[in-house]
Amino acid sequence: MEEVLLETKNIIKDFPGVRALDKVSFQVKKNQIHALCGENGAGKSTLIKVLSGVYPAGSYEGRIFMEGQEKKFENIHQAEANGIAVIHQELTLFEEMNVAENIFMGNEISYKGYIDWNEMYDQTNKWIKKMKLEGVQPTTKVGQLGVGKQQLIEIAKALSKNSRLLILDEPTASLTDSEVDLLMEILRDLREEGVTCIYISHKLKEVFEIADYISVLRDGEYIGGDFKENLNERKVVKMMVGRSIEQMFPDRSNTAGKEILKIDNLNLWDYQGDQILENISFELAEGEILGIFGLIGAGRTEIANTLFGYLPGSKKGDIYLDNEKVDIQSPKEALHKGIALISEDRKKFGIIPPMSVKENISISFLEKFKNFLVIDENEEISKTSELVDKLNVKTASLNTKIVNLSGGNQQKAILAKNLLETPRVLIMDEPTRGIDVGAKQEIYELMNNFVNNEMGIIMISSELPEILGMSDRIVVMHEGKITKEFDNRNRDISQEEIMVYATGGEMNG
Amino acid sequence: MANTKKIKLDFRTYMMIIALVSIWIIFSFTTGGDFLTARNISNLFRQSVFTSMLAIGMVMVIIMGHIDLSVGSLVGLAGGVVAILDVWQGMNPVFSIGLTLLLGLILGLWNGWWTAYRKVPSFIVTLGGLLIFRGILVGITGGTTIGPMSDLFYYFGKGYFSDITGLVFALIVGLGVIFIQLKSRKDKLKYGFDVLPLKFEILKIAASVILLVVFILIFNAYRGIPIPLMVLTIFLAIFSFITNKTTFGRYIYAIGGNSDAAKLSGIDIKKITLTVFMLNGLMAAIGGIFLTSRLSAASVAAGDGAELDAIASCVIGGASLAGGIGKVGGAVVGAIVMASLDNGMSLMNVENFWQSIIKGLILILAVWVDIYTKNKKAAA
Repeated sequence: MEEVLLETKNIIKDFPGVRALDKVSFQVKKNQIHALCGENGAGKSTLIKVLSGVYPAGSYEGRIFMEGQEKKFENIHQAEANGIAVIHQELTLFEEMNVAENIFMGNEISYKGYIDWNEMYDQTNKWIKKMKLEGVQPTTKVGQLGVGKQQLIEIAKALSKNSRLLILDEPTASLTDSEVDLLMEILRDLREEGVTCIYISHKLKEVFEIADYISVLRDGEYIGGDFKENLNERKVVKMMVGRSIEQMFPDRSNTAGKEILKIDNLNLWDYQGDQILENISFELAEGEILGIFGLIGAGRTEIANTLFGYLPGSKKGDIYLDNEKVDIQSPKEALHKGIALISEDRKKFGIIPPMSVKENISISFLEKFKNFLVIDENEEISKTSELVDKLNVKTASLNTKIVNLSGGNQQKAILAKNLLETPRVLIMDEPTRGIDVGAKQEIYELMNNFVNNEMGIIMISSELPEILGMSDRIVVMHEGKITKEFDNRNRDISQEEIMVYATGGEMNG
Repeated sequence: MANTKKIKLDFRTYMMIIALVSIWIIFSFTTGGDFLTARNISNLFRQSVFTSMLAIGMVMVIIMGHIDLSVGSLVGLAGGVVAILDVWQGMNPVFSIGLTLLLGLILGLWNGWWTAYRKVPSFIVTLGGLLIFRGILVGITGGTTIGPMSDLFYYFGKGYFSDITGLVFALIVGLGVIFIQLKSRKDKLKYGFDVLPLKFEILKIAASVILLVVFILIFNAYRGIPIPLMVLTIFLAIFSFITNKTTFGRYIYAIGGNSDAAKLSGIDIKKITLTVFMLNGLMAAIGGIFLTSRLSAASVAAGDGAELDAIASCVIGGASLAGGIGKVGGAVVGAIVMASLDNGMSLMNVENFWQSIIKGLILILAVWVDIYTKNKKAAA
């Protein structure tokens, strides 16, 4: 029980401008389920990538040992050959192929190049039984199965390669409760059989249910760890956060002015005619941050996209901007009217990777720099450079490609892009998703600095501390409807109150 | 912020020019000096004009993240139409050229409309165009070769400017370069940006003016500046300006870089896509008129496969088929590289099949070197 399977010593991994891992040393003992906790950006994913050979030896500092032997993985295959398998949040199965083909992908049972299907189906049946996949056949197409079952197939695939260390990255992110229960059961069975597991999650309830040992990462550092029996949720949260909400969210004097935006009874249907938003009404005033909270599928992003003229589908209801009724049909129109949107998906909708920081910042309001036919590049450089300084975007130069910046600095550059022409309404959809804690705090400070008498901010977020720490008012959504509006000027609303309405509790009971 | 680097080095462009010069040096050795004669250099540039014209249009399509496979057929059709108007209809050359250019724009509009407004992948739309335009050409010409063309086309295809015209041209361009460089310097100073010390600035201007004069003298040593080369230079200047200096050009790069983000930045993607395809159609029509002029006749096979040469030129010139990356100037240098290979190997009496094999290998090699250096940079 006490034998050490995996040990890291002083792992350091740097990205341009960010130290993702800072001298991480920890041990994983054999036959344990070892939970690794930490906020977004704490360095969990980076650590896994180091352990599994995604970042080859040499691209980080420090040493990795397995059973006392030092290992230098050049690639994923070498890590796999040593028995390390990672189940990623996004599954890597082939949906068009069947269960047997997926489990033995790259590892087919064959004789002189011919696949021995009988043997493969036979073995697949054993895995199906072991993973308690009722009603699944070896010939079932994986695409027809739910996410939970797919995850178990992924685990079977990893184990079929004789993995000794199974790393699960947020395995329950998209599972239903009963699927989570089944997963827990199987992980316990596997522990009995001698499989060691690193279980990454920020859902503490789960962690305490399954783990033997809990370790915490914060800002790239290994904060500490202990047996579950010696910890409780509060202790772990304190280790994860390391600072109180008051420190994280700077104070702001409240100066809500006159009304800028009013949404009156907005309804939205998608192409198939399904209703996405139902009777949405709210207002936004100058100098105000309005938080919109809801769980996945509550319709938060749809509100943002509708305001920005970017949602296909049909809508009914009125939107007033400065007491004038508007009907915004395109992002271009929205930008002209003074509505700016920072999308939740920075990679897909935010940055333009091959372009420089300067070009990314100026692209929305390029017409502003037009002098006859030509872009006045001097003016462009001078304006963008001013914003880069003001928002403290850390970049080698204005001509650096934006992809070479860290996530937090990319986000600040995107913020700069939307502030080039001060908007009336700034919509920020998950403004701090996937960026490190330091940059998060900077973004909060910038929001406080910029929300002034001429501008109001709508902040959409699924992170409760952020909603509670930043918003003056909070709108809670559930399944396309607004279930409650809170006044949070005194920052006195609790997480529980919001969660009740976000899960539809009030309406059901 | 370090936004005003002293000397802006465009690594890729320099690599291209170094590669081109090395090819020239190798050929001048292997051909015993025949390659670097005034006559051959003049020919070489004239030979590169056709592919260069197509590459100028194509590179914008590629930067935008699309492809146009119909260019070769469009060249053929435009060449056929201008010959029909000139030879069969006896129309005034100015009108027949004008109508043919209009045709190029309309066919580009056709490609662009299906791509931008009907969301059919450009590969499919233009593959269809490749078949349709060639089919129309065979239909309207009845499969015959049409010629000879009237005199004006001779000048457009094979004419030369007199020595004096060349020198006057050099003077005008030289003065233009001096004026633009000094003005840009003055503007930068106004903003307080770093500039080169005046000594170096003058040196830089002098170097480019000398290079210009040397080229003119080389051309004059043979027969003067080829008229088609002059036409190409003008288009090169116009489209470099459009892609580098205008908002329209910047939007092309943005769409190719990330079309979703471009849309959320308020860019009218459909309109820009349509316009770029129209400009490409226009360049293909000019290519077609030029080809017919040079051969003094239009044939049904004219321009067959020219789209692939144009795409290869863009890629050798540093454009990425994934979109967002590429330069008009690079595409033209790419076309000159291709023409140099053709020309040099012909002088060496290398057989045709070898020429094709070697060009293919160099295309692959050029892209591999690019990927290799990029990966090395990313790993560092």
